[in-house]
Amino acid sequence: MRETEATTDARRAMEVCNACRYCEGFCAVFPAMAMRREFSTGDLSYIANLCHNCKGCYYACQYAPPHPFNINVPQVLAQVRAETYEEYAWPAPLAGLFKRNGTIVSLATAAGIALTLLLTMALVDPSVLYQPQIGPGAFYRVIPWWLMVALAGGTSLFAVLALAIGFRNFWRDTGGRADEFRRAKPLAVALHDIFTLKNLGGGGGGCNDKDEGFSQLRRRFHHAMFYGFLLCFASTTTATFYDHIMGHPAPYPFWSLPVQLGTWGGVGMVVGTAGLIWVKIVSDPAPAARNLLGADYALLVLLFLAAATGLLLLALRDTGAMGVLLAVHLGVIFALFLVIPYSKMVHAVYRSAALLRHALERHPTPPGNKPSDRALGSAA
Amino acid sequence: MPDFSRVWDVLVIGGGNAALCAAITARLAGCSVLLIDSAPKPFRGGNSRHTRNMRTMHAEPTSVLTEAYLEDEYWDDLLRVTGGQTDEHLARMTIRLTQDALPFMEACGVRFQPSLSGTLSLSRTNAFFLGGGKALVNAYFATAERLGIDILYDTGAVDLKLDDGFVREVVIDHRGFPETVRAKVVIASSGGFQANLEWLKDGWGEAAKNFIVRGTPYAQGVVLRNLLDQGVASVGDPSQCHAVAIDGRAPKYDGGIVTRLDCVPFSVVVNKNGERFYDEGEDVWPKRYAIWGRLVAQQPDQVAYSIIDAKSETLFMPSVFPAIKADTLGELAVKLGLDPAAVEKTVAAFNAACVPGEFNSNRLDGSRTEGLSPPKTHWARPITDPPFFGYPLRPGITFTYLGVKVDENARVLMDNGKPSANLFASGEIMAGSILGKGYLAGFGMAIGTVFGRIAGREAARNARN
Repeated sequence: MRETEATTDARRAMEVCNACRYCEGFCAVFPAMAMRREFSTGDLSYIANLCHNCKGCYYACQYAPPHPFNINVPQVLAQVRAETYEEYAWPAPLAGLFKRNGTIVSLATAAGIALTLLLTMALVDPSVLYQPQIGPGAFYRVIPWWLMVALAGGTSLFAVLALAIGFRNFWRDTGGRADEFRRAKPLAVALHDIFTLKNLGGGGGGCNDKDEGFSQLRRRFHHAMFYGFLLCFASTTTATFYDHIMGHPAPYPFWSLPVQLGTWGGVGMVVGTAGLIWVKIVSDPAPAARNLLGADYALLVLLFLAAATGLLLLALRDTGAMGVLLAVHLGVIFALFLVIPYSKMVHAVYRSAALLRHALERHPTPPGNKPSDRALGSAA
Repeated sequence: MPDFSRVWDVLVIGGGNAALCAAITARLAGCSVLLIDSAPKPFRGGNSRHTRNMRTMHAEPTSVLTEAYLEDEYWDDLLRVTGGQTDEHLARMTIRLTQDALPFMEACGVRFQPSLSGTLSLSRTNAFFLGGGKALVNAYFATAERLGIDILYDTGAVDLKLDDGFVREVVIDHRGFPETVRAKVVIASSGGFQANLEWLKDGWGEAAKNFIVRGTPYAQGVVLRNLLDQGVASVGDPSQCHAVAIDGRAPKYDGGIVTRLDCVPFSVVVNKNGERFYDEGEDVWPKRYAIWGRLVAQQPDQVAYSIIDAKSETLFMPSVFPAIKADTLGELAVKLGLDPAAVEKTVAAFNAACVPGEFNSNRLDGSRTEGLSPPKTHWARPITDPPFFGYPLRPGITFTYLGVKVDENARVLMDNGKPSANLFASGEIMAGSILGKGYLAGFGMAIGTVFGRIAGREAARNARN
């Protein structure tokens, strides 16, 4: 991680915090900080990604602006976090996509929709876009099977590869080793923290989602969105299984497993993303990093569109609107897969990695069980 | 702007812990309440903003307190630090009532956390606020707003019109404009005068101008002065204040906890002439930091310098300001603005006097000097290993002892011994009644919470009659 204005500011904030420590009970950031006296850029990257932006520490801070120390931990860590996304991006020349990311993600969404519509018109009879298509294989009459597989498969495989390399870059930069993944206890703790968003609990009473008051709104909306996303993913996987293994192509009836998973997942995502957008709009701007809001909104809107167009498609799939809706829905999904490694979406990887790093730090290897130098070397 | 022609049941002067506890308690008892804080909203809460815990009596472990801490032990601790300058009746009552305060605090949205790292010694006696004192103040203000208490920031009391112990009206400064507030009962919870360096000169002379005020700059003692000038009985030594040695680079006001320095026991401390003046290793730092405020205040220009070498760099909590660092002692002295020859001579004499011993930073290790004056009786080991580090020290004033005298109902007493008809007090402004000397961690918050609640209860009773 390179030294920047944001890392310098974050280091100064951490040095003030480390001499105070009143916020220790809020989240993982402060215990992680208290384990250090000096903060390398790698440490700051780790701490920045550990921060869930709950803002409890901002409202509790006796040194928050207008105090001359001007401590605004959520804001400065958000800025460092955004820089880590660039730092660890793969391939490196694409790191620039994190600059003006709101615009990039919005453009990708528009381009995804336009491209799918154009391809559909170019590759199949444009009239399918307006005429009802019913019965098995109806969707493939709009978007050919091979095109769907090529777009979805290509972008998702690339996204997985790019995210995996990003993870590796983060892990190395924050002092991690490869052999640490074998330790079950920290892994379990990290998974628990990831799936419950424990650190958005503000030490028990909730976070400062909007202002000084405490609530669990962001946590709950994020859960709706995240678990909705997983259900949608499960829906797609089941549908792929039905189609390619059981030879039973979509569309499926409403009460079938893929449609049920997708419907509830979609509802969760719509509620979650709309809720998170609403919280962002009404929340106190003071602890937020304004220059990053574009990226946040763009991804939330993209996820909202992915879910909303899917639900709309389900509702209107027996009508003449199906063709256009399918093309638009797949265009949005295509855009989503395309931007995953270059959008706020990457926070899932780095936040999870940071939580694992934290769990490993909090549950150190018992003495006498230290990894050998060889293991250290193999990770480098 | 509120309607100043109305009459409130209760006017609370101040915006810290004691004021808020009083206002909320009075409001819960059905009173209309106006609370005024002389600070602007971001700096509301008086010195409570900088606190972190409350010393709390408890018979069995709670969610955040370990074991038990009973009345007699609590009283013994208080007796020890005050050297008897306390009031046993009021003190024991306060101690007992801290126990009942916890449910009240929780109902007001105050949350707790286990004791902070580096403060394990307090895990049994002190309940730590999650997020510290500002989070506590935020919770109380949110509760006050929800209950319909009128709150004015940037608004301080200027003159309480006392007439034979009865407050007729109160002149306030509301964002620069004079206004008059009428209330059936007044509760003064406006703190001490520790931020008023001119007043501190009464006890300390010109030295006071070099003091650093650790907390709020708004504790000017306006109400305290006003009341004492009108025949309210005083308690506490007017010349005394609680001062600790803090990092000399701290801002003049509001530096708070992060400016503390825990390096003294592992260092030699010299004054501006490069000479030692006190045993740095007399006892563990939590038992000694308070006297060092006074010691530094007595040195020329109220400044001192703590010097360590590489061996001790990581033995204490990091300070917010990085140490001043140099490869030789002479170079360090120059960077600190000291005479290098004097510092080298002092350190050489100290090094030569160190008796070889088993150094242990975690206990009174007995590593000492021999034939040195003043001696260093623990953690004495030669300062030899570069790089060398130096920290400037200044007296950091925390609070003053002078206050108004109250009875067990928080009612203010007049010089002639008669109780005031409608004036109550809680918090630092009356704490000298109980804590006349020294300091016990978390006891200021205990007095504020307990007496705030008593003042609120009694004020409500009074306002209804």
